[in-house]
Amino acid sequence: MSFADLANPSRFLAFAGRLIPWLAGLTLVLFVAGLALVAGSPADYLQGETVRIMYIHVPAAWLSMLTYAIMAVSALGTLVWRHPLADVAARAAAPIGATFTALALVTGSLWGRPMWGSTYWEWDARLTSVLVLFIMYLGLIALWRTIEDPTRGARAAAILILVGTVNLPIIKFSVDWWNTLHQPASVFRVGGPTIDATMLLPLAAMALAFTALLFTLHMAAMRNEILRRRIRALGLTAAGAVR
Amino acid sequence: MIAALGPYAHFILLSYAAAALAACGLTLWVILDHRQLRNTLAALEARGLTRRSARAAARLASETPLETRA
Repeated sequence: MSFADLANPSRFLAFAGRLIPWLAGLTLVLFVAGLALVAGSPADYLQGETVRIMYIHVPAAWLSMLTYAIMAVSALGTLVWRHPLADVAARAAAPIGATFTALALVTGSLWGRPMWGSTYWEWDARLTSVLVLFIMYLGLIALWRTIEDPTRGARAAAILILVGTVNLPIIKFSVDWWNTLHQPASVFRVGGPTIDATMLLPLAAMALAFTALLFTLHMAAMRNEILRRRIRALGLTAAGAVR
Repeated sequence: MIAALGPYAHFILLSYAAAALAACGLTLWVILDHRQLRNTLAALEARGLTRRSARAAARLASETPLETRA
């Protein structure tokens, strides 16, 4: 089966049905391995055991941006190529992205409270831009729910998604452009990671596990969205037959 | 074991609880949503409502002579 074949929703449903159990199994194995590595990792010389929050905060933050990037590519698919599954992919990703962003904000606050002193929140550039990302997700979910016609909703959402992509480089480079309380990048940076291998390995394992979870959930949510649209189409057919 | 996590153990445990809640919540959401959608679709199809492509496939099958069907 070629990639183009998956543009057909029926073929995609069959493909997703076969792939989801394998993805779910892989996610489970990666989480078990990741958590075992986290349990065996050392405490940080400055942060102490609190560094363990980083193993979920950092992957959640990465995935909050990766999910939005997936939505941006899908938005291009809707506007440029009019791919039949592009809006399905974007709409299915939004609640997952919103949850990962909320998780990044919550775990960041829980890490910040003991590490930064008596505060859960600072209006610094990194925290504020991630909060804007969370609000963008909520706004998009609301937009899709407001516009009943999926075609019109798809175009409006795609435009809003593409406008919102301006926030991604702001999030990434906010710690370099402004003087923020949030520490600068320590993994994806020029010159390589500054984290010791004993902490980098569990972080990479947890990031892989979270990424596998994202792809599993996204594929399952896309399958649900296709079914939802079929039900809507059948409902319209039934309404037309009654008239 | 909790004591081994140091003076900020509750912040660490709360973070992992939040992650577990997010992962389990999303998983439950897709599973329950899928179950409900599948049931709704099955109920509609039981009422004789089918998609245009399914109707076309059924019509094609009925018009094709038996000996030429795959």
